[in-house]
Amino acid sequence: MSSPSLAAMTRATLAKDLRLEWRSKDAINSMLFFALLVVVIFAFAFDPTAEESRRIAGGLIWTALLFATVVALNQTWARELRNNVLDAYRVSPAPPNAMFLAKAFANFIFVAVLQMLMTPLFIIFYNLRSIGPVWQLVLIGLLANWALVVNGTFFAAMSLRTRNREIMLPLILFPISIPALMAMVEATTQVLTGTAQVISGDSSPRFWIQLLGVYDVVFTVVCLALFETVLNAE
Amino acid sequence: MSSNNTPGSANTGSKPAVSLSDITKHFGRFAALRGITANFVPGKLYVILGENGAGKSTLLRIITGLLAPTRGKLAVLGSEDLRSVAMRVGYMGHAPLLYDEMDGLENLRYFAGLYGIDNDELCSASLARVGLDPALKRRVGQYSQGMRQRTSLARAILHDPELLLLDEPFSNVDVSSAREMSRLLGVMRDQGKTIFVVTHQAPVMEPVCDESVLITAGRIAAREQGIPPYLLNPYTQEVSK
Repeated sequence: MSSPSLAAMTRATLAKDLRLEWRSKDAINSMLFFALLVVVIFAFAFDPTAEESRRIAGGLIWTALLFATVVALNQTWARELRNNVLDAYRVSPAPPNAMFLAKAFANFIFVAVLQMLMTPLFIIFYNLRSIGPVWQLVLIGLLANWALVVNGTFFAAMSLRTRNREIMLPLILFPISIPALMAMVEATTQVLTGTAQVISGDSSPRFWIQLLGVYDVVFTVVCLALFETVLNAE
Repeated sequence: MSSNNTPGSANTGSKPAVSLSDITKHFGRFAALRGITANFVPGKLYVILGENGAGKSTLLRIITGLLAPTRGKLAVLGSEDLRSVAMRVGYMGHAPLLYDEMDGLENLRYFAGLYGIDNDELCSASLARVGLDPALKRRVGQYSQGMRQRTSLARAILHDPELLLLDEPFSNVDVSSAREMSRLLGVMRDQGKTIFVVTHQAPVMEPVCDESVLITAGRIAAREQGIPPYLLNPYTQEVSK
């Protein structure tokens, strides 16, 4: 019997989280309905032309996904509080960061599923067509997804023991996500409208994509460095 | 049944399994523990008794490392770094510490992984040891409270810990199951494990208890060999007064 490795424990905890979600569907159902509501409400509230749609779609997509992600993030840790299961993890020799990484990966998968389900709806409701390269949209989607979930998972853990954690999480998460949100909205808009090609060739969304990449790396490192303290905070 | 009745005292013949020195714990302005100093030798079964709010669970949580003391030092299994001995400690909390959406065996498989164990037979054997059917496919959320408690005990003993800390293991458990659980704890003690049981059901532990520790208002008020008669039937005692 030896202490479990970070990779093994991350895999086991991720598999457990996906199994729990598959059985309860707590996170994915609430995310899906929430995002769907935002899309439909925005579609009724505005009646944009195709050109206007392309300009505002980046903001709409990421706003909807950001709010829907918060719903999932609250669910992620809530199931660790039920029956105080988190205590069983804390007293074990398993590496604390395995818990963080597994939760972040699980949230990444939930948000990716949501992105895949919501993208066709956005295309239909807002009559979207990408002028820039689609692979850039995929890359932005992946980087933006990680930017949302890595911080979200961390701050959700931080607000775990607060009385109004559903309210606390957005209050902490949104301000710190502003640089990432700006980058994902700008990059998406530039690819959708083809602004990059018109103004300065392919290099313009590259700046925002790089910014997202740097944001992801910095916050992943910071979250991993601080998670053990957050997990064991009273 | 001999009684030494000296707070904090113990047989000091061997290196203590748990050593507490001036352990104090404050929650805001409330002092849950007030300078507890005590040594507990290995291979014994200790029953921790006391009124609600006396500090029993807090003491157990400090020994597991779930809570940090406000003041004082502790060593568990010879180490002050509690994380380094986590592999050798088992904990059963007040709540069952189980996932409601998974069945007993699935839960144990996951928790076994936390201790680097990848052995289904061991998980099944652990469930069988507490009198549960490992083949039961019902989710823990649909278990009775007693079944949850027994599954929780199976989880705590899964990795064969040297030190076992149990917080109210018999709450909502029927009398015969509670006696079965206490008999199992006696067997584990005979195998050399050190066991702490926080309970309000002293009579259940009476046949296997080596030493009772009475905690009152955050302090150890008494330590006695076995369970003294006045704690075996507190309700009758109260009435006779």
